[in-house]
Amino acid sequence: MTVTASTLYGLCAAALVGIGLYGLIVNPQPLRKILAFNLIGSGVFVIFGVVARRGAALGMGGDPVPQALVITGIVVAFSATALAVALVLRLHEMTGAATLTPADVGPPPAQ
Amino acid sequence: MSMALLFDGSLIALILAVATWTIAVRNSFAAVIGYATYGLLLALAWVRLAAVDAALTEAAIGGGLTSVLLIRAVVRLRPTESAARAETPGRVSRLLAAVLAGSVTAALALVVLTLPDPAPTLAPQVAEHIASTGLGNAVTAVLLSFRAIDTLLEAVVLVFALVAVWTLTPDDLWRGRPGPRYDLDENGMLAYLARLLPPLGIVVAVYVLWVGADLPGGKFQAGTLLAAMWLLAIMAGLTEAPPISRRWLRGALVLGTVAFLVIGFAGVPLAGAFLAYPEGYAKPLIIAIEAASMLSIALTLGLLVLGPPEQGP
Repeated sequence: MTVTASTLYGLCAAALVGIGLYGLIVNPQPLRKILAFNLIGSGVFVIFGVVARRGAALGMGGDPVPQALVITGIVVAFSATALAVALVLRLHEMTGAATLTPADVGPPPAQ
Repeated sequence: MSMALLFDGSLIALILAVATWTIAVRNSFAAVIGYATYGLLLALAWVRLAAVDAALTEAAIGGGLTSVLLIRAVVRLRPTESAARAETPGRVSRLLAAVLAGSVTAALALVVLTLPDPAPTLAPQVAEHIASTGLGNAVTAVLLSFRAIDTLLEAVVLVFALVAVWTLTPDDLWRGRPGPRYDLDENGMLAYLARLLPPLGIVVAVYVLWVGADLPGGKFQAGTLLAAMWLLAIMAGLTEAPPISRRWLRGALVLGTVAFLVIGFAGVPLAGAFLAYPEGYAKPLIIAIEAASMLSIALTLGLLVLGPPEQGP
């Protein structure tokens, strides 16, 4: 079996998902977890890109359907990241919490 | 080994190294900077995968906007760094996590190596029908014609995300301006750039939107560029973010979705299906949707970066 460039990128994507998953579990800081989650997401997107590249036909460099889905995916991933960051900042603001472990959550703020 | 394969191999090694560093480095600020670098490297990978539209989006959003968002957050969370680090799981948990991550990677690698050959593709169908849209860029044709429903729903997701961010507003600041107040340094470099770049950025954004019909580009890339210019002016203190209670702002945020829906429903009597375009009018309608969406996307992305209101109206 010959190793083509798109296969190499596919293996890279598989490794990215693994690296991201490890970071998501091991890093205690919520912001680092968001970063790791984005690594997983980008790995999945690259797999889409590889599937698209393999479907190249009729002068198109890749199957445009998965490529369009990836563009949609990147934008949705950004909006989810923005929401997650806003939640983390609000949590920190209200409780001073550094991580997501329950013991770290302080008393609710005085009303 | 050919030159191209050598380049791909080096790029992949670099991407994996930066990704690992982003996870492993102790300092969170360094991790975020690593992530910005990673986004740009990944954009190169997209070019190598012949997906230039995705590369532009990745560079603008993955490398650019996400990094701005994360840098702002990491600076605020800096006081929690040392306390959080003390909670790093023990050696056994880390080993288990590594085994789990390794097996997921192995499973995915197996899938990649056993992808069907010849690969299934929708490219021939797209090539067959693209003439009916009057567009030259197949990705734009998929986004705004063949799979327009996905793009419509995505526009809705963006607005929902912003609504969700705004719900985190403290009660007394409701109706206030998003983000902190930025002071203007008249003679500062940032103020200089914020005066110099936006006119250029706006022209490039309109160009990217316009050529998106036939060449790589489109409303997401153009909208991100506009958002970046707007954020630059806000962060330099040259202008303020509008209070979130403004009616024009709320109208502008849903303009793209409303235009999309109106044109979509007009397709029912005129072309026989929801989101179908009447014969011969596909391209002008698509450009109208893209132009309206570009403005909404730019505002939504900018406001998502700024976060919930932190100052009074």
